[in-house]
Amino acid sequence: MENNIKMKSDNLNFYYGNFKALKDINLTFPERKVTALIGPSGCGKSTYLRCFNRMNDLIKGIRVEGGIYLDDQEIHDSKLDVVELRRRVGMVFQKPNPFPKTIYENIAYAPRIHGLVSKGSEMDDLVEDSLKKAGLWEEVKDRLKSQATALSGGQQQRLCIARALAMEPEVLLMDEPASALDPIATQKIEELIYELKERLTVIIVTHNMQQAARVSDYTAFFYMGELIEVGDTSTIFTNPTVKKTEDYITGRFG
Amino acid sequence: MDKETRRLKRIKRRYRGEITFRVLSVSAIVLAASFLVFFLTDIIRTGYTAFEQTVIQTELTYDADTVEIPQLAVSEEMGELVSRGFLRLIPQQVEENPKLMNTTQTQWVLAEAEVDQYMKGKPNKLSEEETAFVDNLKKEGKVKLVFNKWFFTNGDSKLPEMAGLLSAVIGTVYVLILTMMFSVPIGVMTAIYLEEFAPDNWFTRIIEVNINNLAAIPSIIFGLLGLAIFINLFGVPRSSALAGGLTLSLMSLPVIIISTRAALSSVPDTIRQAAQGVGASPWQVVWHHILPLSLPGIMTGTIISMAHAIGETAPLLIVGMLAYIPTAPSGVTQAATVLPAQIYTWSGDSLRAYTERTALGIIVLLSVLLLLNAVAVILRNKYERKW
Repeated sequence: MENNIKMKSDNLNFYYGNFKALKDINLTFPERKVTALIGPSGCGKSTYLRCFNRMNDLIKGIRVEGGIYLDDQEIHDSKLDVVELRRRVGMVFQKPNPFPKTIYENIAYAPRIHGLVSKGSEMDDLVEDSLKKAGLWEEVKDRLKSQATALSGGQQQRLCIARALAMEPEVLLMDEPASALDPIATQKIEELIYELKERLTVIIVTHNMQQAARVSDYTAFFYMGELIEVGDTSTIFTNPTVKKTEDYITGRFG
Repeated sequence: MDKETRRLKRIKRRYRGEITFRVLSVSAIVLAASFLVFFLTDIIRTGYTAFEQTVIQTELTYDADTVEIPQLAVSEEMGELVSRGFLRLIPQQVEENPKLMNTTQTQWVLAEAEVDQYMKGKPNKLSEEETAFVDNLKKEGKVKLVFNKWFFTNGDSKLPEMAGLLSAVIGTVYVLILTMMFSVPIGVMTAIYLEEFAPDNWFTRIIEVNINNLAAIPSIIFGLLGLAIFINLFGVPRSSALAGGLTLSLMSLPVIIISTRAALSSVPDTIRQAAQGVGASPWQVVWHHILPLSLPGIMTGTIISMAHAIGETAPLLIVGMLAYIPTAPSGVTQAATVLPAQIYTWSGDSLRAYTERTALGIIVLLSVLLLLNAVAVILRNKYERKW
C-alpha cells in the first residue's frame, strides 16, 4: 500500500534568467520516507531541492512555472507565508553553517522567532530534546554556552540538523549534508537520517552513490535538468530501466 | 662559452635591477619618514612652550576707582606688564566676592604676552626699561612660568595670553555629536538597504555609482551644499554647530555607507542561508545575524569618518564656523567654531604669541585624531572574524 504523499512537484519548470535549469519535473515524496536525488554536477538536483522551501527566491532573476505542493497546498500560494513554509520544511546545507553564537542559541533561535515555546525551562527542554534527536546531546550537554563554531565539522553539521529539528518540521531537505565530512562523521549523519524518517519526510541530495543506496527508500536520477528515472532505491541500483541511469550508477560518467 | 658569458651578464643585470629597485623604495620610505619627523619636531618645538605661561606677583588694589578703571589696580609700570584681560576681570571679581572691596591683595597675575615671550626667550617688543624691570622681578622671584591652564579653560581672545581652546573644543564636540547623530543612522540604513534588500536594476546601480563618486568630491563643495540647503533654505542659524554638523553629515555619509556595505558583504552568505532556512524574515536575518556580525566593521568605518570630520575645515568655513568665539557655545544653534578653524584663525594672526598657540592647538588636534584611530585599530583587531 502506498504512503501518503507529503510533497510533490507538478510540471515544474525553473529558469535562471533565460537558462532553463529544470524541465517538467513531476515527482512525489511519500510521507516518512527518505528520497534521494542523484545525478552529475549541474543536473539541477540542488536547484530542485531548494524549490521546496523557496530558498531560490533569494536569487535574482529566477522564474518558476508549475506547482509544488505541501499537503495539497501550493507553496507559492499567497495564503502560505514563506516563513511558515520554512518552519514546516527545514533545511540542512552542504557546508555546516551554525550561527556564530552559543550552541544553545543556535537551537533556541528558530523556536523563539516562531514563538513555538516560551523562555526558560520549556526552551531548555526543547534544546535538549532537539540535540538528543540529532545525537549530539551527550557530546555537548556540558558546554551549551560555548561557541558553536568551536565544534568539529561533523558536530557542527549535527548541530545544524538539531537546529532544523527544533522547529518541528514536517519535511527535512538535506543538500549533500555529509560531503564536507570525514567517513566517521558521515556514518553518524547517515544513522541519524535513518532515525529521522520515523518522524518526518526527508529529501536528500547526494553525490555519493553508496550513501543514496544506504539511506534512501526512493531514488530519483536527474540529468541535464530532466528527471530521467525514479523508483525504489533497490530497483534503481540493481535494475534500472534507463541506460543513462545505469551508466551513471556504475560510474561510467558523472 | 659565448652562451655562458651572456648568461652571467644577464644574472648580473638582474641583480643590479633588484638592488636599484630596493634602494629606490627604501629612499622613498626614508624621505617620507623624515618629512614626518621634521613636521612633528617642528610642531612640538614651536608648541611645547605654550604649555607654560608667565605670571607676575603684584599688589592689586580693590576700591571704587579700580572697579571703574581696572588699570589703576596696579602700579603704572606694572600696568604695562600684566595682562589687560586679567585686569578687566576685577569688577567681576569684586561682584563675586564683595569682601575684596577696599583691600589690597598680593596675587600672581597673568603677564602680558610680550613679557611671556621674553620669559620664553622668544622675539618680543619689550623696551629696554621694561626688560630691565622684568629681569629685576625675576631676581626677586616675582615672575615665573606656570602650567598654562588658561589654554584649556578659556575661549578665544584678542589677547594672546588669554586665548584658549575651550570654546573650539566644545564646538567640535557639538559638531561631532550632531554629525554622528545624522550620518550614522542614515548611512547604516542606506547601506543595509542597498546591500541586503535593493533589487539589482539601473536605478540602484546609478545610486551606487553616485555614492562612490560622492566620497571623492572636494569637501568645500559640501560646504556650498550645506550653505544652500541648511542655511538658506531651512534657515538653520549661520555659524552654528547645527549647520556645521549637518554639513559634515553630508560629507561623512558616503564614507559610512561604503564602509558599512563592505562590512555587511564580508558576512558570508552561508549565515544568511542558515537564518532564512530556519524561517527568519529578511529583516530578522539582518537584525539578528548580519548586523551584529558586521558591527565592528561598521564602527571602524564610523570612527574613521568621524576622524575625517574632526579635521575638516573647508566646508565649515562656508557655513561660517571660522568665527571669533570667546565664550563656549551653550547650545547647538549658537555661533561656534571648531578646532581646525581655531588653529587657522590663530595661524593668520600677526601677533607672535599666537604662533606657539597655533602649534599647541595642532598638537591637541593630532592627539585626538591619533586616539580615535587607535580606538579604530583596537576594535578591528579585537573583533576581527575570520571566515
